Amino acid sequence: MFHSLGRYLLLLRLSFKKPEKFSVYWAEIMREMVSQGIGSMGIIAIISVFIGAVATVQVAFQLSSPFVSPTIAGSVSRDSTILEFSPTISALVLAGRIGSSIASQIGTMRVTEQIDALEIMGVNAPGYLISPKILSGLTMIPILTVISVMLGLSGGYLACVVSRDIAPSDYIIGLRDSFKPIIVVVCGVKAISFGFIITSVCSYFGFYTSGGALEVGQSATKGVVFSCIWILFADLVITSVLL
Amino acid sequence: MIETKDIVKTFGDNEVLKGINTEFKPGKNNLIIGGSGSGKTTLLKCIVGLHEPTSGDVYYDGQNFTDMHFRERVPIRKQIGMLFQNSALFDSMTVEENIMFPLNLFTDMSRSEKEDRANFCLERVNLEGKNKLYPAELSGGMKKRVGIARAISMQPKYLFVDEPNSGLDPLTSILIDELIAELTEEYNTTTIIVTHDMNSVMGIGDHVIFLYNGKKWWEGTNKEIAHTDNKELNQFVFASKFMKAAREKL
Repeated sequence: MFHSLGRYLLLLRLSFKKPEKFSVYWAEIMREMVSQGIGSMGIIAIISVFIGAVATVQVAFQLSSPFVSPTIAGSVSRDSTILEFSPTISALVLAGRIGSSIASQIGTMRVTEQIDALEIMGVNAPGYLISPKILSGLTMIPILTVISVMLGLSGGYLACVVSRDIAPSDYIIGLRDSFKPIIVVVCGVKAISFGFIITSVCSYFGFYTSGGALEVGQSATKGVVFSCIWILFADLVITSVLL
Repeated sequence: MIETKDIVKTFGDNEVLKGINTEFKPGKNNLIIGGSGSGKTTLLKCIVGLHEPTSGDVYYDGQNFTDMHFRERVPIRKQIGMLFQNSALFDSMTVEENIMFPLNLFTDMSRSEKEDRANFCLERVNLEGKNKLYPAELSGGMKKRVGIARAISMQPKYLFVDEPNSGLDPLTSILIDELIAELTEEYNTTTIIVTHDMNSVMGIGDHVIFLYNGKKWWEGTNKEIAHTDNKELNQFVFASKFMKAAREKL
């Protein structure tokens, strides 16, 4: 375990060495942003709308009582969407979507000697391959999380309109009621941390792939599994510290 | 010129290279041959720095490459071109982008200058007009030629080739060998080729090193191979009936 942690930290250090030519790295960052951001928009949109809708319907069901204000469903689903559903569920989905892609892409480059080719040319392979992915993850995953929050809350509104369990006006009042800005901060910290975990952990497993196609698949699986575990662990730590 | 001095490489308890001393001269096709597991690819990887030797040194024109740090090696690496066994083209880039990749990173050439250079390299390997194709759209022989085009894009001083004929038909193999030999002469590169293809050895082997059990077992030219009495080399080179018959006629 300590051996792996040491190799992971050394790889990160190599990844952030001064680039050979910034313009080439910039083009890679842009390409990664498109791949990670635009490529994941569809799945994030779908899961966010449904999770927001389901959360609202369930809260409305659980808190349906004459002693509870009807606006409470909006407040509770807002807080759970911003604090947990959007950053964490999105990150777990993105670990599968982005993380497996990163690990298998870098792993394939390793077993087909493309990384050797980079090193022969004098290119810092971790820097060229990994740093654009991490920087892109640090940027795009928070943006995807913001989109997820907005769509999740919209999904809740749609559920109110369709199911009529809660009046849409009550839901809107609930969304605006007793809002604490700290939850947005927690959401942001989580999104940035999860972005770093997904891209760096999966890059690590991809970079140290050896063997052939079978091992590339194993690296992708390990990358996703370890990312998910670290996401859940980081989720607990961030929530405990910041709330 | 490239020199190796007492190169030893071990993986765990397995000593793959057992003290290799040799010189590779410029303008010559230096071939490393040997059976599977004899250590020829490991020797090549030690020379280019993909493996660090357990002991011993590699010198590029008198500079000790083994002692250098990553950054110190960069000026030498810029003078290296390498063709890998599976070509190792970057899948996400077109043929042209593959060839321009080292130019983008290490030169201040303008876009049009880089395109001109890529076109020149493609013409040199007889692949004019294939600029916009992706590696997945190329045949094995075409991939090798694009690999060569990428390797020569920076006008290398040292050219390394790992199994250039693997997976190719005999005619394409000969074309690739001839192309490598032409480039070696044209650019006066120090060319090191790892192969087990006897056609390459007899065709372009100006200087041949035979590895056996991790040791340099024999060294000479392709013409000398036919007349050597080295038992292990004879067993390796003249294993096939065709080569035996060819030897009898020599």
